[in-house]
Formats: sequence, C-alpha cells, structure tokens
Amino acid sequence: MNENNVALRVKDLHVHYDTEDGVVKAVSGVSFDLHANERMGLVGESGCGKSTMALGLMRLIKEPGEVVAGEAWLGDKNLFALSYEEMRMARGLEIGMIPQGAMNSLVPVIRVKNQIIDALADHKLGLSKEQLEERALEALDSVELPRKVAEMYPHELSGGMKQRVCAAISLAMRPKVIIADEPTSALDVITQRQVMETIGRLQERTNSAVILIGHDMGLQAQFVNRVAVMYAGKLVEVGTVKEIFTDALHPYTQLLISSLPTLGSKGVFVSIPGIAPSLLELPSGCVFHPRCPKAMAICNQEEPVLHSDSSGRRVSCHLYGNGGMN
Amino acid sequence: MTHLLELRNVTKVFGEGAKATVAVDEVSLYLESDKPSIIAVAGESGSGKTTMGMTVLGFLRPTRGQILYRGIDVDKMNADQSITYRREVQAVFQDPFASYNPFYKVDRLFEKPIAKFKLASSQGEARELIEEALNKVGLRPREMLGRFPHQLSGGQRQRLVVARAILLNPQLLIADEPVSMVDASLRAGILEKIRQLHDELGISVLYITHDLTTAYHISDGIMVLYQGSVVEAGDVDKVIKSPVHPYTQLLVDSIPWADLTLKWGKQPIIEPTEEDLARLAAAGTACCKYAPRCPQAMPRCWESRPPLFHADSGRVAACFLYESGTTLEKDELGGLFSALNNGSS
Repeated sequence: MNENNVALRVKDLHVHYDTEDGVVKAVSGVSFDLHANERMGLVGESGCGKSTMALGLMRLIKEPGEVVAGEAWLGDKNLFALSYEEMRMARGLEIGMIPQGAMNSLVPVIRVKNQIIDALADHKLGLSKEQLEERALEALDSVELPRKVAEMYPHELSGGMKQRVCAAISLAMRPKVIIADEPTSALDVITQRQVMETIGRLQERTNSAVILIGHDMGLQAQFVNRVAVMYAGKLVEVGTVKEIFTDALHPYTQLLISSLPTLGSKGVFVSIPGIAPSLLELPSGCVFHPRCPKAMAICNQEEPVLHSDSSGRRVSCHLYGNGGMN
Repeated sequence: MTHLLELRNVTKVFGEGAKATVAVDEVSLYLESDKPSIIAVAGESGSGKTTMGMTVLGFLRPTRGQILYRGIDVDKMNADQSITYRREVQAVFQDPFASYNPFYKVDRLFEKPIAKFKLASSQGEARELIEEALNKVGLRPREMLGRFPHQLSGGQRQRLVVARAILLNPQLLIADEPVSMVDASLRAGILEKIRQLHDELGISVLYITHDLTTAYHISDGIMVLYQGSVVEAGDVDKVIKSPVHPYTQLLVDSIPWADLTLKWGKQPIIEPTEEDLARLAAAGTACCKYAPRCPQAMPRCWESRPPLFHADSGRVAACFLYESGTTLEKDELGGLFSALNNGSS
C-alpha cells in the first residue's frame, strides 16, 4: 500500500478504565493503518473493546476511562497531541462518528434543520446564515432525505430516517475519516440496507475512509473491503474481506464465521464455546487460549505476536509460528 | 378438534379517525395442539408483528376478531382458565437488559412465578425446579443464582428468561426478537435451546422477528407481514430460498449474508411517491398495500386487494402475479402450516 494513501494511522493505542475492582484494559496495544477510500470493518463480541477504541480515537472516553498510550495520526496531526479546543474542531471536520443508537440522540424539540446547523455553526466555518441553511439542506441531500425533512421534528421521522439525519450531522463537514459504530443495529433489514448504501455512496463521493464497527459479520461481508478482528482488547487478525471470509487464519475468526447462519446448513447451530474473558483478569499467554479448540502447550505461556506478511495480512496465533505466516 | 391457539380475523387499530393505524389487519392463524410447530412471524419495523404477539399474550385486546386458547376466548376467560393460560403461554422479549429489575437478584425471576403458580411446596423443591430449568438452557445454577442482572452478560440474561419460561412447563412460547440484541456469536446457542425445547418438550413457538436468517434456521413455517397483513406464507425453505411476493423478494434481497458470493441489493429500494401514498389512502381496502413500493405493480393492484393465492404447493402469496393459483381462505392458513408439519416429521 502507498504510504501517502494513509487516512488514519493508529499506533499502539491503550485505553484503560481505572475501576474499584482494578484496571480494565479495554484496548491494549492496537495498531493499524486506514487508507483513503477504504472501508474497514472492526468486529468482535460485546465487551471486546471495539466501541472503546472508537471513543478513544475521538477522544471522547469518559472517566474513569483514559487513553494511557498511543498515537493516532490524521495526516500530520496526532489527535492525542491536540489541545482540547483543536480536538473539538477536528471532530466533525476531520474525523466524524456515527455513534451506536445515534437516532436516539436527536433533541426531540428542535427541528432537524437546526440540529444540523448547530453542528456546522459550532465549527466557525465563517458561513452566513443563508449558507448554513444551504449546507444543512445539502447534508440532507447527501443522505438521500427529502428537503422537507429539514422542517420536521425527530418524532415525525422513522428510525431509518433519524439514523440518516444523524449521519447527515456527523458528515455535513465531509470528514476524511468516518467511524460508524453499529449504525444500523436497531433497524430492520431493508432500512439497514438503505442506511448502509447511503453511507457507502457518501463515502465514495467524498473519498473518505470508513471504519464500520459491529458484531454482524454478514453486514461486514456486504459492506467493507478489509476486516480487523478484535478480541479482549487486541487485534487478532486483519485481512481483506475475501481472506477473512474464505480463508480465516485465527481460530477465533474461524469460529466467528462458522457461528453465522448460512443458506446451506439449515438447523445447524454453532456457537463459540465459553464466554469472553473479563478484561480485569486476562488469561496468560494468548488471550483466546481458554476457548480455543486448537490450543497448544505454548498458548497459555507465551503471548503470540501480531505478525504481518508482505501484503498486509496480519494474524496473532502460535499456529502460524514466530516467523510469520506460510 | 380444538386448536392450541387460534387467531380469528384479528384486527388491532391504534387511534381513531384519520389518524388510525391498522397494526394488525384481519390475521387468522391456528396452531394444532397435537402437532407442536415453530412458526416465524416476519416483517420490517411497523409490520404489526409485535402487536400480533402482544394480542396473543393478552397484553392488548384486539379491536376486532378473537384469540382463542384451547378453544376459549382469551378475553372471556374465568379466573382458573386465565391462570392456566398465563402459565402455559410464556414470552421471551427482545431486550435482555430491560426485562430485569436491577434492584433484585436474578433468583426473583424464578421465585415469583413459583409462588404465584404454587409450583413447589418447599424451598428445597423450588430450588430443584430452578436448577432443573437452568440446566435445560445450559447455565450452571451455581454461577447464576444469587447474582444481580448487571453481573451477567446479555446472552446469559436472555437464557435465564428462556429458563424462566420453561420452568412453567409452557405449551406455547411467544419469542419476540429473542436474539436481536444478543451478540451474533451467542445467537446460535439461544436459538438451539429454543429448538431443543420444541423437539424434546413439544412446545410450540411463535418466533417473531425481522431477521430472516434466524427464522430460516429455527422455524418450519413462516408468515411474512406487511402493514399488518400476510403477504406470503408457507414452507420456510421455499419462502426464504425462492420468495415469490415482491415484498418478500426485497426482504430476502436485503439480508446481509456472511457469504461473499451472495451480494445483497440486487433490487432497488423504491421510496413511495406522495401521489401513490395518497392514492393508497384513498383506495382504502380496495388496493394492494404494497403497490406504492412494488416494482411490478399493475393497474389492477390499485383496484382490489389480492387474496392469498397458492403460488406452489405449501406456499401462498397475496399477489395478483399468482392469480392462476387457487385461493386460500384466510382462516385456512393454520391448515397450510399443519400440512407442512406433517410432511417434515
């Protein structure tokens, strides 16, 4: 991959929650490059740290959470080195987020148009009132909503429309990086497809990059180019969508994929044995070894390294040796 | 013969006059008592599937029509009949986070119904019942009891709700999106338990969902609702693998299969125009409700409402494209499902 093509470079990100029971290591040492025009999926079970990572990148982690180490480079800017005010401006202008359940975050008593304008006005773009209004309408166009929605209140809209309004607010300033955290988790399949297609077309038009966070592997298969699999706060495998779905290397990825319903195997239910570990007390060695059907002697002693091959495919598993993948 | 459950022309209207919303529109269905089955009720948000489940559970009274449990109108039950119905018809809801009172230990979820229905004569006996139910859903009592809901994962909480339902030895389980808020990796486990309960204990299940992939895996028959009416129904294999109604085709085309060879979105999503919506509203019942969004709408679709036609054996569709097939009377939908059940077992 071309070095200049990197939209976001995350290096060794660590996010901890300091709780009464001890330090919860929600994200431990995540590194990846996100390329311009790329759609990357970030998948894993609830509690694996994927949403925490997104909030960490946005610098929106609340107490008692804290980004304890790491860098996130947007071009020549390290997000973690920005002042509070600079970061506030970067949000929306350079990195946008569509949070989980965003549709419930609209203010019920303010017209849609004004909620979009609020975000634009806050970024001091030097726009006149008329220009702000026009930009708000364009934002609605960009998510394929009719302009009459501008004058409506949130309760007059369906769930899918509200979700698209939230996307319009997040993306009105055309950020280069868009983080979408389960943007369709409460929507039915048709509305889900409509929202994802809208986000996809918007991404293509603005040449931005998208990180799609979610546990629905089906949605990932349909939408992204590359998939990063996260387990207990670490990336365990990264590959193109084709590699992940046709030739997964990590046993966890293999189980995630085999637990999905397909058309071929009616009535066959495969679930992943055991439950995700507590992030307070991670298992020794490889974090996945207690649930791994292929665990070997070395797995509970030594932590595998996330190896990378020349094409950018990465996996952290002792099955593939210390010298990298075959 | 009396049916386990029968919906006779059930209609539920919310609101009045111009603002009235018909959530369930003359739905009829029966489940036979001697042939337990799993029937999926599928549709998008607002299709009326949850309202239908709520009327069966007796939480909502139908505006018109009747719901009969073992031949008795749910609305006219005496105290004893009502208690039996409350015990034998159990529910599992969507949100495993909202079905618990956070102030009480999860034990209460089991102790309350045991006391209410007088299922045990001593503490020890109650404990045995609880442990047995937990074992059936694959949870270790030692790890669950005495804990608060927030100490458990979503999957564990949802399995506890299923355990509570089986504790009561139900005949019918209304499962309304039981896995939609649970991690994909845990869904299989919960659905497998429900399927097992059906196979081993002979429990019938109404599986209400918008997720056609899980419906396909767990159920024998499926009815697809659109704005409160059945648009396609029958053998789940046929309906999911080769849908015939244009709406079901769009639904199936929008499933995000985790399979790179099955790309979604071959069919465009048509947003109805204002004129068409006005035309639909003006036509009332003399019009197919799906016409404004249908890529294959014909003039006659705007003139009368299509009945259920047999598109092939074991499957019906409310669409004039299949009018060469014989019609199925609405109240015979149960018969269609029970014939499927005969074939498969």
